[in-house]
Amino acid sequence: MIRVIAPGFFTSIQDLGRFEYVDIGVPNAGVMDRYSAQLANHIIGNSPQDALVEIGLGKTILLFEKETIICICGADFSAKVNEELIDLNRSILVSKKDILTFDKPSYGARVYLAVKGGIQTNKVLGSRSFYRGITQQALLKKEDVLPIENLKNAKEQRNASVKIDRDHITDRNLLVYPGPEYELLSFKQKTQLRTVLFSISSDNNRMGYRLEGVIENDLPSMLTSAVLPGTVQLTPSGRFIILMRDCQVTGGYPRVLQLSEMAINKLAQKATGDKIQFILERQV
Amino acid sequence: MGVFRLTYKSYGKSAILIEWPSRIDEKICEDVISFKNKILKNNPKQIIQVINTYYSLTIIYDSTINIIYDVVLDLKSLYEQEVDGEITENYRWEIPVCYDPQYGIDLEELGSENELTYREIIDLHSSTVYTVYFIGFLPGFLYLGGLDKRLHIPRKSNPRLRVEKGSVAIGGAQTGIYPSISAGGWYVIGNSPISFFNVNAKEPCFAKAGDEIKFKSVVLSEYHNIQSEVVKGKYKLKKSKI
Repeated sequence: MIRVIAPGFFTSIQDLGRFEYVDIGVPNAGVMDRYSAQLANHIIGNSPQDALVEIGLGKTILLFEKETIICICGADFSAKVNEELIDLNRSILVSKKDILTFDKPSYGARVYLAVKGGIQTNKVLGSRSFYRGITQQALLKKEDVLPIENLKNAKEQRNASVKIDRDHITDRNLLVYPGPEYELLSFKQKTQLRTVLFSISSDNNRMGYRLEGVIENDLPSMLTSAVLPGTVQLTPSGRFIILMRDCQVTGGYPRVLQLSEMAINKLAQKATGDKIQFILERQV
Repeated sequence: MGVFRLTYKSYGKSAILIEWPSRIDEKICEDVISFKNKILKNNPKQIIQVINTYYSLTIIYDSTINIIYDVVLDLKSLYEQEVDGEITENYRWEIPVCYDPQYGIDLEELGSENELTYREIIDLHSSTVYTVYFIGFLPGFLYLGGLDKRLHIPRKSNPRLRVEKGSVAIGGAQTGIYPSISAGGWYVIGNSPISFFNVNAKEPCFAKAGDEIKFKSVVLSEYHNIQSEVVKGKYKLKKSKI
């Protein structure tokens, strides 16, 4: 078991998400930065489907009540075991009563903590991903207890570590494709999309990121259609919203761009005030 | 056989968007659902999700589509194919609604805006058979087609921050039931004790696209009886095959 001593502000359990209930309006949810999450699972030999702890800003303290192997990927929040800084992207053996803390952010916005065998909280509709209204809670709270598997063999901890290109987290360029309504944009709007350095507003969370700034917009709103994580919508007031993993399954604003899968992962590591630039790839 | 001229677009690198003429139209909606069923029956292996709305299908694949031309060609030929027999069974569901002003908090405003009496609103709303076009917005939120023109009303310019679970409401040319507490800009005219989304049920939402909904007006005491049966898991919804 892992006991939550301090939950931070935005800590939740996530796996790859739930995909089979979209017909009844259930969002995918799932880890925001799939790249970092899958890397963490991979380094300790977990399956890609195993659930992890997704940790956002704020002081997070976790107490291990049994021995296990962990790996931390994604953002650098000065992870420490018993007050000693530990490496990211490395397989680490933790003992019973060890205390893992995350505090001061150095880069990135989301930390992934993989635990040998995956976090064993209940599955709801085929997934362990927290989502308000689907799972009992949307965020971890103080004194929550996370079931984990018994470690079969401490020797399973290999000195596995991976050298990670930090660009994934710090680079501001996001590869995007034209969205279904891209061609409705004026020449001026298209140019703005490609050239403006956008700033992330404080209105950013697992559902979506609203960007700062307004562009002239007289596009008519459209009849409700499907939206996907990574869809960039242009609202009637001329603001951009980038939908993220917890987004609804349908929406009515023009879908002007679609982020590449890697761009969604990169954006998941951005926080308020960070800058991004869209790099448009024309499709053949 | 395909009836409409469809457009096919890529939507990112691993999804395809198929569009019909952009309007709310029963014929289009039926065609969208029938094409969706054909796709699901035919080739679900690399497909993770198929999302249908009024006038579009979005097909999401498990990996990058290499040659979009080939995938679209296959879809086009599938659209033109005849299907043998019914693919899915659809039902008409009878949904109890209490239109008492205690729940129908916007009945008065709607009445004065559209020059209708309380009785006329209820009769118009509960006499229509609505088609479930698709489910979106919130888990278990049905997009229903067929609302009588006399009940159409633009959405409120200031949405409420809290609309109660079960609220039956009208917005624009649509009517629907809020499956959970939510913010919302529609006119609330009543409340249904029925649960439209229950994660613990074998089928979390009983309805699906292509089904029909008929509202039945119930008085307050009946509403409370049904509500307590729903809570105990004893309430049996009335349904008939269509």
